[in-house]
Amino acid sequence: MKVAVVTFPGSNCDYDLYKAVQQVGAEAEFVWHRERGLDRFDAVLLPGGFSYGDYLRPGAIARMSPVMEDVIPFAEKGGPVLGICNGFQVLCEAGLLPGALVRNDSLKFRSHDVRLRVERVDTLFTSDYAQGQILRIPIAHGDGNFEADTDTLKALEDSGRVVFRYVDASGEPTEAANPNGSWHNIAGITNEAGNVLGMMPHPERAMEELLGSTDGVALFTSLVSSLSGASA
Amino acid sequence: MTRYRLEILVKPRPGLLDPQGKAIHHSLNSLGWEGVQDVRVGKAMYVDLDAASESEALEAADAMCRKLLANPVTEDFEVSLVGALEGAGS
Amino acid sequence: MSQAEGTATATPVPPREGDPEITSEVVADHGLSPEEYQRVRKIMGRDPTFTELGVFSAMWSEHCGYKNSKRLLRLLPTKAPWVIQGPGENAGVIDVGDGYALAFKIESHNHPSAVEPYQGAATGVGGILRDIFTMGARPVAVLDSLRFGDLDSGRVRYLFGGVVRGVGDYGNCVGIPNIGGEVQFDRGYEGNPIVNAMCLGLMKHEDLITASASGTGSPLMAVGARTGRDGIHGATFASEELSEDADESSRPQVQVGDPFTEKLLLEASLELIASGAISGIQDMGAAGITSSASEMAGRGGSGVEMEMTDVPIREEGMTPYEILLSESQERMLVVAEPGREDEVRRILEKWELEAAVIGRVTDDGMFRVLENGQVVADIPALPLTEGCPTYEREGVESDEIRALREADLSEHLIPEGDLTKSFLLVLGSPNVASKRWIYHQYDTTVRTATAVRPGGDAGVVRIRGTDRAVAATTDCNGRFVYLEPRTGAMAAVAEAARNLVCVGATPTAITNNLNFGNPLKAHIYYQLREAVLGMRDACEAFETPVTGGNVSLFNETDGRAIYPTPVVGMVGVIDDVSKIVRQAFRNVGDDIVLLGDNSGELGGSEYLYVTADLVAGHPPSVDLEKERALQQAVLRMNHDRLLVSAHDCSEGGLACALAECALGDGESPLGVRAAVDEDLRPVVSLFGESQGRIVVSCDPSKTDEVLRTAKRYGVPARRIGSVSAAEEGFALEARGASVSAPLDALADVYFGALPRIMDAPVSDR
Repeated sequence: MKVAVVTFPGSNCDYDLYKAVQQVGAEAEFVWHRERGLDRFDAVLLPGGFSYGDYLRPGAIARMSPVMEDVIPFAEKGGPVLGICNGFQVLCEAGLLPGALVRNDSLKFRSHDVRLRVERVDTLFTSDYAQGQILRIPIAHGDGNFEADTDTLKALEDSGRVVFRYVDASGEPTEAANPNGSWHNIAGITNEAGNVLGMMPHPERAMEELLGSTDGVALFTSLVSSLSGASA
Repeated sequence: MTRYRLEILVKPRPGLLDPQGKAIHHSLNSLGWEGVQDVRVGKAMYVDLDAASESEALEAADAMCRKLLANPVTEDFEVSLVGALEGAGS
Repeated sequence: MSQAEGTATATPVPPREGDPEITSEVVADHGLSPEEYQRVRKIMGRDPTFTELGVFSAMWSEHCGYKNSKRLLRLLPTKAPWVIQGPGENAGVIDVGDGYALAFKIESHNHPSAVEPYQGAATGVGGILRDIFTMGARPVAVLDSLRFGDLDSGRVRYLFGGVVRGVGDYGNCVGIPNIGGEVQFDRGYEGNPIVNAMCLGLMKHEDLITASASGTGSPLMAVGARTGRDGIHGATFASEELSEDADESSRPQVQVGDPFTEKLLLEASLELIASGAISGIQDMGAAGITSSASEMAGRGGSGVEMEMTDVPIREEGMTPYEILLSESQERMLVVAEPGREDEVRRILEKWELEAAVIGRVTDDGMFRVLENGQVVADIPALPLTEGCPTYEREGVESDEIRALREADLSEHLIPEGDLTKSFLLVLGSPNVASKRWIYHQYDTTVRTATAVRPGGDAGVVRIRGTDRAVAATTDCNGRFVYLEPRTGAMAAVAEAARNLVCVGATPTAITNNLNFGNPLKAHIYYQLREAVLGMRDACEAFETPVTGGNVSLFNETDGRAIYPTPVVGMVGVIDDVSKIVRQAFRNVGDDIVLLGDNSGELGGSEYLYVTADLVAGHPPSVDLEKERALQQAVLRMNHDRLLVSAHDCSEGGLACALAECALGDGESPLGVRAAVDEDLRPVVSLFGESQGRIVVSCDPSKTDEVLRTAKRYGVPARRIGSVSAAEEGFALEARGASVSAPLDALADVYFGALPRIMDAPVSDR
């Protein structure tokens, strides 16, 4: 199986994501934002970073990149698409996920480990986690405050599309555990079909004990096993 | 063609939490402007554009906002004409 | 005629229309003394044009020419078998094993940050990143060493907040993890903040490229952002004192950083270097095109000729003078291989950047500038870069500072009994308290290599594909240097080495940033000279040569100088990442062992500053031999896998060091039961900042071996207590005194101090 890691000008977690994919035994390939044609890939990953310097709004300019003209149909056909951090922002700007990510309520860039609770294990990206499992994963963002109108938020909760939530050590989604002011402590959501996941925390930075956590590994193994299951 | 300067204001949608505005509001109150009741922070952009007419320029700016400059989920926009620029266009 | 004056001669150049006439005032405004101007005339064999005067002024500023520090810098050791590139290039380079080389350097952006903290700090980070990737290395870590006045001033809070945001936003956007640094708050820095940024870059040995222009006829290309009027004469500005109106319009236009362009430039530069289409590359940093082109010509022993109308500019009507001296950011000068200009352009186009041929390398040794084909400057390159006059001055210690050092501290030694109140005051002082408020604004984990994040003794990044890692730290206690410059500078090097040893790294080399006041004053020159001598002795003792650095002088406002602050940025190598040690205690029941002796000074301590508002007394002495033995012993213990944790004793003394070990990152604090029995006043035992001490913890079954190893190296060592359960809290006794507190109280004081000051809603400027 082959995974595309898209590089926009200003992406800076593309290499980390590439290495994470390799670590779980899948083949990764960088795709420059002006390249066209994603048909040869089984999944598309949009990395973190500061595409176009976050100028205008995070993700707003990258969303206009040529490659996005292929990412959108790829997602609409059910292809797995994962956006992390800036990648999540691009997915929202592109309308593949609802809502928007606005300035952290602290008005500061926040970079530290957070705890996440896995809310759904029946997705392409989370099948190797346990329901309710608490993960320790780094965040690093200035605009991670998830906002949407009330109807959208209600729909997300009602249909169980919140996949990760910021929680404290005991697993409670408290205000203190919320690093950016996101509504209902939302850290990651999927689209209605479940094949597009956006999340602010960086699972690709939680792949080794040496670096502090291995809690991101299962996200990538989930993706690989669901894809190899599908193609078998 | 005339070169027009357009002012585009991109503003947080009413009701949307604006942490920056809140912080400024608080600061202004603390500095003694107790009458300040609300602060909302948006962006101003100035676009110089060659167009055949004022209405064409305004229409183009409106389209730009819808396509790129404002995010309809969180932002409203307002376009106004600053004026025609001298010595430009042909 | 000396060698530096070369043999190339300047041809007559008619004055350019519209340029000011050169009068003695114009010369003085350019920061050149009458003697220096005569030297310029001698080199030129005629009067310089206005453009030429601007070029000399920039190149002979302290910032570029090191005229007040060069002779002292020559005293520093610069060689070791592992040094690949010593001083004189964009950055130093050392071998770190397995075919990898590490490029690293520190640089100051003090003056710009005093005027506009956000942009000043951001562009400081941008500049140091470029110094690293122009060596062919990929930047892998940033550290920042900061100094500010006391945080009770709104202006200082504004400067501090802006600088932190600037450092963060720039590094975060480019995607380089911040792995450490330090900050000190003291009235000695009121008005003159210090902003030093250090960068580390990794490369394979064969990817090293240097900044020299050779190969007659090779095209010179300007690459990256366009040239505007930003920061004209920034290098000269950085070499003057600030006055009260420093933020007024008389100052150069503030340079604005664009980290997005920097990221593209980084990727494009590394691709250019890998392509072989270029033979030299240099950042257009201080003094812009002038310094990059003349230094490349100087190093290459060649000349350059450039056409100013070919330089891509951002503003209309720029004169050659302005183009040459602009400090617009995110620009590079590249020497292309002849015939491969299009390849260079294609690589830049891919990264959505511009490249323009602006000149060529010549063989006549001249730095020649044209405007529409007309020569507007024609200067022998070698005397321009190497002929800057250097000065050695008389240094005399200030009586006032000597008196401070000899002050009677006996009344401050009296306290005994329950000293918990003082302890919490010291632990919660911004100088000791957790710096989380800062580094939580910095991306510390991007590039997935950060094995030890900020908050420890040193930051560590692993080298992917090997078992190795590199560690780095920045250190300098300006109070110590102020009170006794030679000892203080030695302490800076010693502490840096100790910090590296505490994470398990062997100290390898340093880059230094000499931040001082106006060297034309005898007592400042004294500080500079003494500090360099102290640094020399310590670097020799630890076998850590200086591979480069930066000098920032004239850090004064209205005649008041900063504390002399020779910041040491030290790097070390870890050959096996499984041997990395961290500072936090980990297991209940582990023994706590204190290595090294307390030499008994209280001078210059944080305790005196917070309890008596005093910077006085003898700073802790430095015994280089004992220090070296301590470090060797700890490396040995670590090699034998005896240690669970290790932490340097510094600001706040033993009491604060133990509290930091107990609290760790705040996630799972552990208790401490410990007692020291020293023949000293209890405040000295608890809060004295004696050098040469490390607190380690180990499994009780290993304690004997730890003590034996220490003995073998001649290092005093004793078990002072044990790690206890969190509920038991923190308790430390010294002869006749004690401190104790529950852990949540300690945590609140330690982690809450900076947020309470900085996140208060009002921040007036």
